Amino acid sequence: MKKSFVAAAVASLLSVGLAAPSFAETPPNMLVIANRIDDIKTFDPAESFEFAGADVSRNVYEKLVNFDPLNLDAGYRPQLAESWQISEDGKTITFTMAQGHVFASGNPVTAKDAEFSLRRAVQLNKTPSFILTQFGFTPENVEQTIVATDANTLVLTLDQPYALSFVLNCLTATIGGIVDMETAMANAADGDMGSDWLRTNTAGSGPYKVVAWKPSESVLMDLNPNYAGAKPAMERVIVQHIQESATQRLQLERGDIDVARNLSPEDVAGLADVDDVKIVDELRGRLMYFSANQKNKMLSDPKVFEALKLATDYEGMAGSFLKGQYTVHQAFLPLTFLGALEENPFSYDIAAAKAALAESSYPDCGPIKISVRDAQERLDIAQSLQNTWGQIGCEVELIVGTGAQTLDRYRAREHDIYLGAWGPDYPDPNTNAGTFAVNPDNSDEAGATGFLAWRNAWDIPEMSKKTLAAVVENDTDARREMYLDLQREHQKVSPFGMMFQQIEQNGMGASVENFVAGGATTAVSYWVITK
Amino acid sequence: MAGTTHGEGRLRPPFPPWLTKTLTTLATVAATIIGLLFVTFMIGRVMPIDPVLAVIGERATQEQYDQTFRDLGLDQPLLMQFWIYVSDVLQGDLGKSIRTGQKVTTDIARVFPATLELASLGTLFGVVLGVPLGVVAAVRRGSWIDHLARFVGLIGYSMPIFWLGLVGLLVFYGILGWVAGPGRLGIFYQGVVEPITGLLLVDSALRGEWTVFRDAFSHIILPASLLGYYSLAYISRMTRSFMLEQLGSEYVTTARVKGLGEWQVVWGHAFRNIRIQLVTVIALAYANLLEGSVLTEIIFAWPGLGQYITTSLLANDMNSVLGGTIVIGTIFVAINIFSDLLYRFFDPRSK
Repeated sequence: MKKSFVAAAVASLLSVGLAAPSFAETPPNMLVIANRIDDIKTFDPAESFEFAGADVSRNVYEKLVNFDPLNLDAGYRPQLAESWQISEDGKTITFTMAQGHVFASGNPVTAKDAEFSLRRAVQLNKTPSFILTQFGFTPENVEQTIVATDANTLVLTLDQPYALSFVLNCLTATIGGIVDMETAMANAADGDMGSDWLRTNTAGSGPYKVVAWKPSESVLMDLNPNYAGAKPAMERVIVQHIQESATQRLQLERGDIDVARNLSPEDVAGLADVDDVKIVDELRGRLMYFSANQKNKMLSDPKVFEALKLATDYEGMAGSFLKGQYTVHQAFLPLTFLGALEENPFSYDIAAAKAALAESSYPDCGPIKISVRDAQERLDIAQSLQNTWGQIGCEVELIVGTGAQTLDRYRAREHDIYLGAWGPDYPDPNTNAGTFAVNPDNSDEAGATGFLAWRNAWDIPEMSKKTLAAVVENDTDARREMYLDLQREHQKVSPFGMMFQQIEQNGMGASVENFVAGGATTAVSYWVITK
Repeated sequence: MAGTTHGEGRLRPPFPPWLTKTLTTLATVAATIIGLLFVTFMIGRVMPIDPVLAVIGERATQEQYDQTFRDLGLDQPLLMQFWIYVSDVLQGDLGKSIRTGQKVTTDIARVFPATLELASLGTLFGVVLGVPLGVVAAVRRGSWIDHLARFVGLIGYSMPIFWLGLVGLLVFYGILGWVAGPGRLGIFYQGVVEPITGLLLVDSALRGEWTVFRDAFSHIILPASLLGYYSLAYISRMTRSFMLEQLGSEYVTTARVKGLGEWQVVWGHAFRNIRIQLVTVIALAYANLLEGSVLTEIIFAWPGLGQYITTSLLANDMNSVLGGTIVIGTIFVAINIFSDLLYRFFDPRSK
């Protein structure tokens, strides 16, 4: 027995070098993706707020309304709710549930599940809960404001009239995922409404269910046999955590994966001539910007900041080290959002920048510290700013730190210039307008760290009012115009230098079709993919 | 002094010697680990990173921030926080990871076997090849094999592991296709073998799943060889140095004068006398690999302890960092104790 064990082991070892297992391609009904997924902390829609988590959630949980991945521009569409009505006073929305949707457990989806899911998201009060609580829902009032009047009807009562599009857009966010109440409560402990169990398990009615999750290693999803929609071509989806771009590229070239999601510009260029591999570009919602702390006297001089915006080489950066990964965009709403402004009024003009500086109270400029995290693309941008701002006489020092260190300084309003990125939390213009152009109270004591305007000590009572007026405007065209005007004004007077919008470049096998990473508004949708 | 003289007047020690030694060792281990925890804990608390933000993210409200601040016990004095943590550790509770949302013990039980497997195989390669290479290089000093050994050692010390790993992947996986790609196991074999020890090679062999064994070996061979190469460079250089010292000794000359064969002189006499030093060198090399080869783990997407601790540190997930520190501290202590035992085995004087 012992001898045969050893012999088998040795034979197996020897055979490895001669015939290592390799597969020319992944099976036709299986999608294998390489991605950085070490940010996943939980699958619970009430708590999940990370990119990789949103990717999983979108494929596991259905929502009252949702986006069609093959027509994202069309906006929200009915999903678990087949229709909705808004009351005359604009404060009550009544949803009628669609029939035929079933959870992976076999339980039918009812309005009670929707009531449970939205209530628990408010009651658990986790980070993304603000997406719902901004409509006046509180843990104390949800039993009156989120009510399933019967199995087919859900009634939401808001604290004031809001634009219907604003409310419904928010319900398409991850936190709007509808959870199987019976399964969640069967696994609840210590009054957590199943939160601990839902951290590592899923209970949705979407096309897939999570079968296994190894943190920072892999997520395995199989079909939800009860899914109400057309059966997806990909019966199994495996997302592997592969940190390095070069490794993802090798795997893609070998055919071991179908999609590589974190390719560097060099690896994208390297794949250009590889057979059976293609690169698909997609505009995402992430914006790159720099901002000036208005507690700094010099930087609060509008002419100084104008000079800095004119001394920024937008096209130069987008055409060199950011090539293919970012496009120049100078407004706070990402392109494809309702009311996104396409005008880019600033371009690299050293003469104009010097003229603006000369008109300021600080014609010789002064020392400026740029606070930047230790990520390559941000360091490259910071160095470019250091160089071009130096050309107008500003002495620029880079303060490099980890993401957390840099963020801490930003939230404490201790920076001069912060160089960072911002992504939308939900697919409505208010997600960015409500932070770039609202400051409820500029005092230090207010601690309104969720507002970027506050973090930069930018006191804007009038602009805040205009921004908040846009969330209650029910005429979509009028609402669009309001955001366009806001952005134009913001470009002129704000201490924000909006620079770029992200383009995601995904490498994939030539046969992979319909891979939609989610655009600027949502996350990836595996169920429409074929290969 | 009567109490310190030999004979009947000597005071009897309160405990037998073996018990005294065991208690001393245990006290040293406990003091080492507590000290290690204290330093790591304090570093974590004085780092200019807000642990609350690591949990709730930058979009949270002040109310959520304050609640999490209290939940994490950060409103307590620093020493009290440390005391609470140590009390929990003594009850086997290393806390929860804020990054993975799971118990730290669960996380470590998942990542440590991956590192153990990789480090053990790497050290095995290093010892099996490095020791003979060092011995032969010393015996044939100045010959081509000596030059080769020194060249191998030099490359091993000077070549960045990150670069060598990527080149290895490109050549052996990307171009030649001799080995499997990143990760511990191919996607088709995930979950096929029910874990026993967590070591994939061992578990698949014990279960008789030879296809899985072959796939796991195909995944581990490249990173293990890479780590093995770095161990080999260190071990062969030290072995050569120890052997040169012994081969220049008078007892070796005497042995040769007595007419003993070269094999007997080298392996029977000189090598026997370097075993103790070698044990230290190998133990250190092994401990270093167990501590985690972060870059190797990142390149090969190897979900091991080094990557776990580093990622946790950057995310200010201090429970995970402290849990990992306990494991590493324990490993170093255990390897030291094991080395001591081997000393006793190899060196009759220490008995």
